[in-house]
Amino acid sequence: MNLEIKKLSKSFGDTKVLDGINISLESGHIYCFMEPSGSGKTTLFKILLGIITPDSGTITGLAGCNITAVFQEDRLCNDFTPIENVSMVMNGSSRNQKKTAKEELLNLLPNESLTRPVSTLSGGMKRRVAIVRALSVPFDMVILDEPFTGLDEETKSKVISYMKVKCQGKLVLLSTHQQKDIERLNGILIKL
Amino acid sequence: MSSSIIYRRTHISLKKTGIVFFWLMIWQVGSKLVDNPIILVGPIQVIRALIHQSALSGFWQSILFSFGKISLGFLIAFILGILLGSTACRFKFVLELLSPIMALMKSIPVASFVVLALIWFGSENLSIFISFLVVFPMIYMSTIAGIKSTDPSLLEMANVFHMSGFKKGFYLYRPSLIPYLKSSLNTALGMSFKSGIAAEVIGVPGHSIGEKLYMAKIYLSTADLFAWTLVIIGISFLFEIFFLWLIDLTVPNHKKRKGRGI
Repeated sequence: MNLEIKKLSKSFGDTKVLDGINISLESGHIYCFMEPSGSGKTTLFKILLGIITPDSGTITGLAGCNITAVFQEDRLCNDFTPIENVSMVMNGSSRNQKKTAKEELLNLLPNESLTRPVSTLSGGMKRRVAIVRALSVPFDMVILDEPFTGLDEETKSKVISYMKVKCQGKLVLLSTHQQKDIERLNGILIKL
Repeated sequence: MSSSIIYRRTHISLKKTGIVFFWLMIWQVGSKLVDNPIILVGPIQVIRALIHQSALSGFWQSILFSFGKISLGFLIAFILGILLGSTACRFKFVLELLSPIMALMKSIPVASFVVLALIWFGSENLSIFISFLVVFPMIYMSTIAGIKSTDPSLLEMANVFHMSGFKKGFYLYRPSLIPYLKSSLNTALGMSFKSGIAAEVIGVPGHSIGEKLYMAKIYLSTADLFAWTLVIIGISFLFEIFFLWLIDLTVPNHKKRKGRGI
């Protein structure tokens, strides 16, 4: 899929967050944003996810496109287990959903953490649950808003390997504050 | 379980029993001092009256009648309150349409409704209507409050992942709704029995607890009045425990267990 963003603008009150941005994006690439906080990355992501509408500009290529996301916050249901958090966004029979969710989660989390409520997990574990949730559903494009927050270097390496496998041939938009992350992902740096 | 925990629990139980026993003694001594069974009867006389009443043929029939009617009114109010509360959250029109009715139900005295209900339905089904009337606004309002308290960021997540309405209800709205429901149920369960029995005392339907209280008033039988009051407290308490247990079954499993942090 190809995504074409043209003259996209968005303001909140008097603050112009996005000012006529133009970006062309293609499947099979990882596009990375390494802007300071408040530069409009999350706003752009929210527009692409349909959470907010832009003031002006066009986005072509989104029609019929399955988009999934890791939000800046984990946005997990704290009373439920990692398995339930992942399976709740899947389609199909309940038993299959839970089986698939468990298999996916085991790539990044220890078995004993999968049946505990998410509220009892550490920040890094919660982040991994959010990543697995986003990458366990069928998608054409994935938005990863600071996905490595709270992850140590060793875990981050595991997550990057997992992401590379799951995102092959897909369109990936990722925001990070570290140049090293972009290099490890073989990402393309995008300026807003 | 360690011996210190067992010791502490035994100590607490003994303390509670002691407090209850203390007040029963005060009650008994008070009744002896007053020495007038119409003004104040002692706990022993109340227990005697209760045993006497329970041996009568109409005892269980009265309990079944009142319990059945009041709990039916309560259950209708509970189900309708959740359904209409959820609908009002979804459609603003329904919320606006029902708001004057809710204001009326909350402000009009129960006694006025009792008289009106006597004209409309007669005394037989009076307690169903009154119990419904008292419980419905509480459940309706707490349903709205519970649904509105659902984390909007989770609802955004659900929309991004195209979660079905059923899954949103089960995973997102249900955990937000239950604490509000439980809180209002604690009040509503007691209120339904209090108001239902009060309505029966006014309407005096045959074979009801209200009728028995009314007869106790007519014959100035304070012991019977206290005995039936004990029965009301007992069935209200048992119904409350049973219903809250049912609600607990709908709480996500993991919330019941105390998870350990890492």
